[in-house]
Amino acid sequence: MHQLLQQIFSGLATGAVYASLALALVMIYRATDLVNFAQGEMAMFSTYIAWTLVNAGLPFWAAFVVTLAASFVGGMLIERIVIRPVENAPILTAVVVTIGLLLIFNATAGWIYSYTLQEFPSPFPDRTLFGALMTTRDVGVIAVTLVMLVALFCFFRFTATGLAMRAAAQNPDSARLCGVRVGRMLALGWGFAAAIGAVAGIMVAPILFLDPNMMGGVLLYAFTGALLGGITSPVGAVIGGLIVGVTENLVGTYLIASQLKLTVALLLIIIVLVFRPNGLFGTAVVRRV
Amino acid sequence: MAETFPVDGSRAKLALERHSGAGIAVWRWAGTAALIAVAVVLPFTLSNYHVFELTQVMIYAIAVLGLNILTGYNGQISLGHGGFFAAGAYTAAILMHRYGVPYWATLLPAALVCFALGVLFGLPALRFEGPYLALVTLAMAFAMPQLLKYFDNWTGGKQGLVLTKPMPPPGLGIDRDRWLYLFVLVVLLVAIRVAANLLNGRTGRAFIAIRDHPIAAAAMGINTARYKTLAFGTSTLFTGVAGALAAIVIGFVAPESFTLFLSLSFLIGSAVGGIATIGGAIVGGFFIEFVPNFANDISDAAPWAIYGLTMLLFMYVMPRGVVGTLGPWLAHAIPSLDRRAAPPNDTNVNGGL
Amino acid sequence: MRAKQTIVAGLCLAGLMLAGNAVYAAGQYGPGVTDTEIKIGNTNPYSGPASAYGINGKVHAAYFAMINEKGGINGRKINYITRDDSYSPPKTVELVRQMVEQDQVFLIFASLGTPSNMAIHGYMNENKVPQLFIATGADQWNDPKRFPWTMMWLPSYGIESHIYANYILKNLPNAKIAVLYQNDDYGKDYLNGLRAGLGDKVAKMIVATQSYETTDPTVDQQVVALQGSGADVLLTAATPKFAAQTVRKVYDIGWRPTHFLNSVGNSVGTVMKPAGLEKGIGAISATSIMDPTDPQWQGTPGYKEWLAFMNSHGLSGSITDVQAAIGYSYAQTMAEVLKMCGDNLTRENVMKQAASLHNLQLPLMLPGITLNTSANDFDPIKQMQLQKFDGTTWQLFGDVMSGSGT
Repeated sequence: MHQLLQQIFSGLATGAVYASLALALVMIYRATDLVNFAQGEMAMFSTYIAWTLVNAGLPFWAAFVVTLAASFVGGMLIERIVIRPVENAPILTAVVVTIGLLLIFNATAGWIYSYTLQEFPSPFPDRTLFGALMTTRDVGVIAVTLVMLVALFCFFRFTATGLAMRAAAQNPDSARLCGVRVGRMLALGWGFAAAIGAVAGIMVAPILFLDPNMMGGVLLYAFTGALLGGITSPVGAVIGGLIVGVTENLVGTYLIASQLKLTVALLLIIIVLVFRPNGLFGTAVVRRV
Repeated sequence: MAETFPVDGSRAKLALERHSGAGIAVWRWAGTAALIAVAVVLPFTLSNYHVFELTQVMIYAIAVLGLNILTGYNGQISLGHGGFFAAGAYTAAILMHRYGVPYWATLLPAALVCFALGVLFGLPALRFEGPYLALVTLAMAFAMPQLLKYFDNWTGGKQGLVLTKPMPPPGLGIDRDRWLYLFVLVVLLVAIRVAANLLNGRTGRAFIAIRDHPIAAAAMGINTARYKTLAFGTSTLFTGVAGALAAIVIGFVAPESFTLFLSLSFLIGSAVGGIATIGGAIVGGFFIEFVPNFANDISDAAPWAIYGLTMLLFMYVMPRGVVGTLGPWLAHAIPSLDRRAAPPNDTNVNGGL
Repeated sequence: MRAKQTIVAGLCLAGLMLAGNAVYAAGQYGPGVTDTEIKIGNTNPYSGPASAYGINGKVHAAYFAMINEKGGINGRKINYITRDDSYSPPKTVELVRQMVEQDQVFLIFASLGTPSNMAIHGYMNENKVPQLFIATGADQWNDPKRFPWTMMWLPSYGIESHIYANYILKNLPNAKIAVLYQNDDYGKDYLNGLRAGLGDKVAKMIVATQSYETTDPTVDQQVVALQGSGADVLLTAATPKFAAQTVRKVYDIGWRPTHFLNSVGNSVGTVMKPAGLEKGIGAISATSIMDPTDPQWQGTPGYKEWLAFMNSHGLSGSITDVQAAIGYSYAQTMAEVLKMCGDNLTRENVMKQAASLHNLQLPLMLPGITLNTSANDFDPIKQMQLQKFDGTTWQLFGDVMSGSGT
């Protein structure tokens, strides 16, 4: 029984890591209808920027804010310079461009910072809670992810910019006719996603340890979680991420040897998707014929 | 004869074909024969290492051709073709290693196994589109190395399987590298021929119709499910055969040879060459094989950054890929040497990923 | 497509020109050697899942550059060519063929990874090119009869796990052992070595095993599952990132087994400190090389020389990485063997000299550990010493032990 609880809590902690990156993926998808395969690497790169600032003497929260701002601007610039030229190209071209970004960020981080493991400071003290079921850092990740989720939800639902962004993604031409500056919305979407990714990276680095390949595995799980929850739903992304984390743990412990953990976990999730092809909380796409 | 218009509405092309039918056919045959002649003679003018490299190019070209059939002509994205490549490679490797099957006889079993796998995969894949399909295929790319390591009695596990490299038939007087080059070249030519027949015929048109206007296609009586599954199976058949060839030529298979990056490389090669073309597969093969080395020469500090930048450059200058962009341009300038299917409709290449 | 053919043609020309430049003096020089230069080749994963090992190649390059600054070896500069194979065996095959056939290197040195080396060792032995000091510890490589051109350097992983097995049998005879291992050749070799070392007690003693992939973000699930098995001894065969996570998680969930950390995952700077120094107290490991972050070695001349070398060659970002110390020692061994060849720089002689190492001492190896090879023994380092972590440093204990591998 204790094992089971341990695995579930441990799964929730890891799941929160996936959920935080999944939020960034959902953000970009909602804003630009594109899956950004470079999201993990961008988050990792932002985390290295934060690390550099902290090492240079900045207090943690100052570095945090500066990194967030820099990532926001960086994300907007990337959309404008890198993604905008292929906006009207076949979608596969844009996908390949994000793969190119992935390679560039990963290689550049490895070149500047080397591949040696680095420690990253955490704003939370290193303590265990609930009788060793979780650490304060794990709780920190969950808390921050939930805060971001609420912020994102409110943004899309209750603000004018959020509405404009949703309009720009769903029907750019009509949105333009209504006076929405579609280009600016796209850039904003990328900027926000980059900032979310930066937060995810900063929260996660103390747990996973910082190296250029930190987010590589996380991206797959985040992608899975986002799709499981529904690629258009931020709430779905978080719940999906948590489910992926817990499922993975339970499968590896009770169902099959850990050597096939990933395979079986993915299989189970795909089976779920067969029954709900748009994810648990996603909306079915209705196309006019 | 009733007036029919090609899907891309190129009346100029139609006019050319009608007025100079025999003339174009002669050009087409002459051009193809010349290319083949060059390809056959080339290995005898190059060093062994370069012959080996070109053999790799051809193997990747066959694999990318498989991906083009699925993603380019049928609009179903796949991030997992590395997994099917591995399936073909291991089928050949196990047959050679465990059962002593001669190398040339492993191609057919590899093709059949991968076709079956593709169909099995294609059936549930019918439910998915866009990013969901991407995830399902991505799962294949990740699951394959795990499965290969798990069933280590068959696959040699993490140690891999060392294969004896085939000897050229005696009396021919050529060495192993050149023999393997010619062997792979023959398979490539057959693959291109089969793909061209398939894609320029009814099946190909059905694929394209499903890609561009699935609902209209179904309304016209095309069995969408059957053709989509067929596309999957055919695609994985090609990539599986490429995998088998890779096992034979490298002489070694291990789970590390078939990582996610391989699947991404195929996708990159496909996009750079031209996703809905046949010739683009060859360009893609060259890109995958040579650009990493070229990037390494430019910067040994961050070669993959150079690779990424090169990819971006290609995508900006030629968003439809090399053959996808230059092909239609050439078709207007000079009589086309091989027919291309209609270029992909911008918004529907893969269902909105 | 035409552009690509031009590139290919250009490469051909370049290859022909390079081939023409090799100078052959009457049977004394092998390919890649001239009066002024020795060309050696290397493949390393500078990217991809194993990129943490890329530092090895960088250290080699810097070391050879340093040797060249001092005049080279017997008057010849070392031309060290290293290429990135991203830990992908087909790429390794291609790069090695390129270096041997096109660049005409004298030998291949310290190629990293078991699958990478497996992919090329048939080719190397068939073409009689030395595959020297390969950077992998898998047991199968010490086989001079069948593969006379392939030589190891690291103590095999089997030797290390045998040492742990012997220790357990002697000091913890009723132990219940759990094993966490990386799901590849490296991790599995440790598991198999432990199994072999425990002999017929295996079934009774090993109660649980869990593996992880390098793509797994954390190993929390595995650690928790192993705790659930009731084991009181844990062997962790993991790379630094995962070793650090394991040490921390084991402590955090309140588990206090006798924790054996394998030699790749025991660095103070990159494993113990990130995990939390107090969390690793009592861990046992074995090693044959000094950990550069361990305070007890930082006063030795060997360490000081290494530190100066790292800082003056642009590698100060890696002075906490024990891989850098290992890479340095590899390069020193290579330089030593080349020196021993004198002017007789044929491939046969290089193998002969490499197989004649007697009590070779290197400054960063632990005192008492030396390199020895013979015509029947192609594993230069067979000794390790046990050490226990006290919260600050690894305290060596016991004697220098030799294992016999499997």
